[in-house]
Amino acid sequence: MLQNTKHGILNSTNLKSIGHKQLAYYGEGISYLGDKEMKGRLIVIEGPDSSGRSTQITMITSKLEADGHAVLNTGLRRSELIGAGILEAKRNFVLGKRTLSLFYAADVADQLENKIVPALRSGYVVLADRYIFTLMARDAVRGINRRWSHNLFGFAIRPDLVFYLDVHPSELMHRVFQKNLSLDYYESGADLGLSEDMLDSFLRYQGMIAKEFLRMQKQYGLIPINGNRSIPEINKDLQIRIDNFLSSV
Amino acid sequence: MKYSLSQAKFEVKGKLVVVEGIDGSGKSTQIRLLEKWLRFEGLPVFLTEWNSSEMVKEITSKGKKKGKLTPTTFSLLHATDFADRYERNIFPLLRAGYIVLADRYVYTAYARDIVRGCSSKWIQQVYDYARKPDLTFYFRVPIDIAIDRILTGRPKLKYYEAGMDMNLSNDQYESYRIFQSRIIDQYESMTENEGFVIIDGTFGIEEQQQIVRNHFKSTIRRNQFQLKELGK
Repeated sequence: MLQNTKHGILNSTNLKSIGHKQLAYYGEGISYLGDKEMKGRLIVIEGPDSSGRSTQITMITSKLEADGHAVLNTGLRRSELIGAGILEAKRNFVLGKRTLSLFYAADVADQLENKIVPALRSGYVVLADRYIFTLMARDAVRGINRRWSHNLFGFAIRPDLVFYLDVHPSELMHRVFQKNLSLDYYESGADLGLSEDMLDSFLRYQGMIAKEFLRMQKQYGLIPINGNRSIPEINKDLQIRIDNFLSSV
Repeated sequence: MKYSLSQAKFEVKGKLVVVEGIDGSGKSTQIRLLEKWLRFEGLPVFLTEWNSSEMVKEITSKGKKKGKLTPTTFSLLHATDFADRYERNIFPLLRAGYIVLADRYVYTAYARDIVRGCSSKWIQQVYDYARKPDLTFYFRVPIDIAIDRILTGRPKLKYYEAGMDMNLSNDQYESYRIFQSRIIDQYESMTENEGFVIIDGTFGIEEQQQIVRNHFKSTIRRNQFQLKELGK
């Protein structure tokens, strides 16, 4: 009776918990955190605005939960500490690049200690809608020393998987217009003074960001995902990789 | 220390003078007297205080009420405050030729954040873009004198000020004492490497000011400041 579900037969496969693991960092880490044993995993999806990140995260979350995993969604600017404050600051003040960079770092740190680490300790799959790589890319194109950004995020936990949704700037442009009909100030790099023309600025800026991601790919082990495809195609690609990873640990 | 792009491109004509020391060491009084003197002599002076960026204060005040700060977020918010003042005032004014006086500088972050449990290597990396001061005064004072000065006429300490977040003691005064004495240890460990000029904070105010001015005159000998005027 219960068997006519969307995915065919209602299957209750053998649910298996994820293996234990020790927290790892990119740099100095957070020495006072204590217990480093983790039962969960941290998976990150990076990519520019309108690259389809949020859609993919929603789909992956549903699938992982259907598979019996507890999932925590997180992302940039979602800390209680200053998540909302960053937007306010961008609206009301002219912020220096390093000031903005440190604001974002504080936001990441607050979420790490108050949300992500506790979730990882209790066995959650943490899905992050962007992480430190977006921040480092933004800093680098604004002339901040890459070494400094890398060191700054020395407290950040090393994720288990980082995907980068790689969408060609010209394709991205169409998606942005479909969604908003206008270009965002920062996402167009308008603060950099690249061009008088907003669209030209957008295309150049997104190209620079993509180049930074390419540069980071090797150093941080980012997995590029062709984001020019349809939503289901991208989803299938991501889901297979995530499923394979989770069944291997 | 690595050169940042902006430092390589611009010549810095101004001078950076810093005072450091625990609360109640008398450093703020001294740097204000130095400021008054330089202003009186008609020199371009700018005074900047630790944790004083209005913008950062406004943005963080709501979040601070919601939850406790961890050592890392505490450190990063102060680093944000510093960056805002550095990018907005300190560095542009130094380039323009000002004498910038800083009531606390990166050494305060080193001392406090290390005591709170942050990695000392990390904290130095976070601030490594900041210029080294031309002159740093460290006000050395016995802890009892400093604490007496702070507590006189002040019934209650603030939570983070007393270091209550570190669970050193349930008693806020005891916690404050332990916290401050650990900060002293950190300062003392830096004095030699960082080339601090040590001022005995138990001397009278005028005596200390005389020493500060003498050091200022002998260190900052540049024609653009017409220092012969200062000797009068």
